Amino acid sequence: MIEVLINSTLQLVLLLLVAPLVSGTIKTLKARLQMRRGPGVLQPYRDILKLLRKGMVIPETASWIFSAAPYMVFGTATLVGLMIPMTTTHAPFSLFGGVLAVVYLLALGRFFLALGGLDSGSSFGGLGSSREMTISAIAEPAMMLAIFTVALGANSTNLSEMAKVAVGQSWRFLAPSQMLAFAALFIVLIAETGRIPVDNPATHLELTMIHEAMILEYSGPYLALIEWGASIKQLVLMTLLVNTFFPFGLSSEWTLQTIGVGLAFYLAKLLMLACMIVLIETTNAKLRLFRVPELLMVAFILGALALISTFLF
Amino acid sequence: MNTFPVGAAFALSLGAYTAGAFASLASWRKPAVARHICCGAALAGSALGGLAALLGILQGTPFHWSVPSGIPLFAYSFSYDALGGFFNLILAILTIAVSIYSLGYLKAFEGRRSIGIFGFLFHLLLLSLTIVFTAANAFLFLIGWEVMALASYGLVAFYHEQKESRQAGLLYIIMAHADVGCLLLGFALLIQGSGSAEFASFHTAAAHLSSTHQSAAFVLFFLGFGIKAGVIPFHIWLPAAHPVAPSNMSALLSGIVIKTGIYGMTRIFLDSLGGVPSWAGLAVLIVGVVSAVLGVLYALMEHDLKRLLAYHSIENIGIILMGLGAALIFRVAGHPTLAAVALIAAMFHTLNHAIFKCLLFLGAGSVLHSTGTRNMEEMGGLIRPMPVTAFCFLIGAVAISGLPPLNGFVSEWLTYQALLTGFGAIAGLTRILFPLAGSMLALTGALAAACFVKAFAITFLALPRGAESRNAHEAPRTMLIGMGWLTLACAALGLGVTWFLPVFDAMTEQLLGERVAAHLVTGHGLVLSAGMRTSGTVSPFVIAVGLLVLMLPAALLVAIGVRRFGRKRGPVWDCGLPGLSEENEYTATAFSKALRMIFSVLYKPRREIQAVFDVSPYFPKEIRFESEIEPTFEKRLYAPLQEFLFRVSSRMRTIQAGSIHAYLAYIFVTLVLLLLFGVRK
Repeated sequence: MIEVLINSTLQLVLLLLVAPLVSGTIKTLKARLQMRRGPGVLQPYRDILKLLRKGMVIPETASWIFSAAPYMVFGTATLVGLMIPMTTTHAPFSLFGGVLAVVYLLALGRFFLALGGLDSGSSFGGLGSSREMTISAIAEPAMMLAIFTVALGANSTNLSEMAKVAVGQSWRFLAPSQMLAFAALFIVLIAETGRIPVDNPATHLELTMIHEAMILEYSGPYLALIEWGASIKQLVLMTLLVNTFFPFGLSSEWTLQTIGVGLAFYLAKLLMLACMIVLIETTNAKLRLFRVPELLMVAFILGALALISTFLF
Repeated sequence: MNTFPVGAAFALSLGAYTAGAFASLASWRKPAVARHICCGAALAGSALGGLAALLGILQGTPFHWSVPSGIPLFAYSFSYDALGGFFNLILAILTIAVSIYSLGYLKAFEGRRSIGIFGFLFHLLLLSLTIVFTAANAFLFLIGWEVMALASYGLVAFYHEQKESRQAGLLYIIMAHADVGCLLLGFALLIQGSGSAEFASFHTAAAHLSSTHQSAAFVLFFLGFGIKAGVIPFHIWLPAAHPVAPSNMSALLSGIVIKTGIYGMTRIFLDSLGGVPSWAGLAVLIVGVVSAVLGVLYALMEHDLKRLLAYHSIENIGIILMGLGAALIFRVAGHPTLAAVALIAAMFHTLNHAIFKCLLFLGAGSVLHSTGTRNMEEMGGLIRPMPVTAFCFLIGAVAISGLPPLNGFVSEWLTYQALLTGFGAIAGLTRILFPLAGSMLALTGALAAACFVKAFAITFLALPRGAESRNAHEAPRTMLIGMGWLTLACAALGLGVTWFLPVFDAMTEQLLGERVAAHLVTGHGLVLSAGMRTSGTVSPFVIAVGLLVLMLPAALLVAIGVRRFGRKRGPVWDCGLPGLSEENEYTATAFSKALRMIFSVLYKPRREIQAVFDVSPYFPKEIRFESEIEPTFEKRLYAPLQEFLFRVSSRMRTIQAGSIHAYLAYIFVTLVLLLLFGVRK
């Protein structure tokens, strides 16, 4: 009991602190790659702090749904974060929800955010909500197929169990099914976190924006919660990717030493994945909205191939 | 064990429905009296029925009651077992809500429509449903089935002055007879084998059926029950019929009447037929996947609130069939424990869908009651005048989208687990279908969420789009209580699933010889587990508590911020052009535009834009926009069928010349032929 409590607190702190850092690192790396100086890795913390100390404007047309959405986004993202193994294979909440709960809790947050986007009555909000729900719906089957491939290998949908199985076979990612599943999940990660080529987190042009359009009417502490929640969600999905496919440094024991080693490995793996995202973001242009389904179809086919190759090999 | 209390409560509930039917008909001159009799009798009957169901399920010993009728093969035999009891429980939960709701809802009928006739049909429907779920004789079952179809027809065509209702009623009755035809043939096959029409006798008879007969029986029953359940491609009557009925009856039609198809399949495939051909489970699974995905895709294109809900019934029947199909496959493959988990998933989703669909239809009924329109494009902003209805509808929307921690999530989770387990348990190439079906379930869930974001937001959020929504008012208290009861059920069945699971034990033992509920609960009774092979676990209760606990510090941060730096209401960003109005809002059609384009292969959308210009082509004075999608099944499947039927019947007309001599000759010839046939035997 005490152990679970300590573990949850540790993971919660890690989650809340590392998430903005990852966003900041991606931004800075991207700027450097584009020969810009960039805002510095700590900028997301400054943004959140600034937003928390701002007055809030709520649209006259909005109802309580508008105010409920930021809490739901923040709450679901952090709760999901507790279900995922980060530094050791022991995720504090892994008993209370596996990978299916993770996917559906994130969907719950998105459901309320989309309602919040429509609640103000602004066309931008509706546009963002419509696009967000559409793209996430198309991404869902690809995501599930890739996840099933891993889950079927581990005979479990429990993330700690999946991590334990993965630790036993560290080089498994070289198997074709794992590589295909990784590729599928990587595309889904790009789509779910609103990055180029699916969405552009840096733009406010109505023709292209998705996530930013949905949250256009939010300000002050609510916006801070949403931004923070979004970065936590990104971290969770990245963690899912690095820890299920590359379980290096994960230990199934839970001591001070294993946590320290695990943390070091974990941050290193996140940095690698961040570099991959930065490379993709810099070398690609944003796709037209109606080309995105084709990209996600590719992810779906990769997922299906991954599944079939588990069956064959 | 003493089965007297079950039998007594069951008989009393039948009595209450019968009395209710005739008493409300008798008091048709006094609408207010009729209304109270109708709702009171339904409430009493359903409370008794619910009591009987709970007792029956908890006792576990089936209660039989049979009275011979003197007609060969026919007897008034009832059997109150775990499966029938479970469906009676669903019926009771819904009827309690609907009867309280109707007390307020029917008030608008007074002086305008006959509450007497309505009450008669309503009670007839309840009576026939109870008979269908408890009949132990094929002919009694079919009588119940037919009465149910006729009562539903009366309710679908209740607003008979509207052409739409009459046409929907006609389509409904035609499809209902196609389905009863299939069932008759199916039962004929079984009766031929056993020499008796009692369900109990089918067990032994089915074991001796040849594989061709078994396959034929499966196909006939699957067609018959599939039409009633509204699976694709036999669904076309459902989105036509359910929306036009009075809303409290739409709730029952979508909540429980289509579930009689699921009941029939479970009863025949798992109980009476004993075994089904090995491909049968796959067929059910595939039909389920197709119904789920196409159902939700068509729902997305609707902006009629009740039609949208009707299409979601097709989707959810598909999800139920995925579980049922998996159960059949596992059973044939010799995995009764896995089959039990899959069956629990299917039956739990049946219950859950009944509850949230009933809730959503009642919510739509309140909206219709208040605004007088089913068209979402004229709604908006209703959360302000109707806060309670909006809250109930929101809970229903979250539940039907399969989002945690409510009941829809739990049964979809169990379905996923059943499908994933299938991959490990089944040998051969077919097992690849299980994870693929799982991914289609994911697509269905995500599209359903998109659809309910649309349904809730366009109806209840932002600014009103029409005069009716501006003058909307909250529904009367009785209607709110009816919805509140179901809202509570959605939450209770989600959060408290681990306490509810033992209800399924008697049923799985009866049908599969396994009691698995105890294996599905771990972690101090708080955590639901998938049982055997896949060790997936989830705890909706902890998820709910965890969400609240994690939101608390966030709320604190916001509260501190608001206290120190203020919070004010301001106009929405209007790009600097003054006067943002409801005309600038996103509409239901616009919301689903992206999906309409992505799935244009399926929808074949057609649109027409007419603009009237004044001076410059950049400033249109007036724009007319029309958009529709092609009703593929109606156009490609049913239109040719109808044409064929008409052609055949016009040929047949030549023998039906209107001459009485010719008719007498036909009768004579038929009689002679029959006699010859009889003598030869």
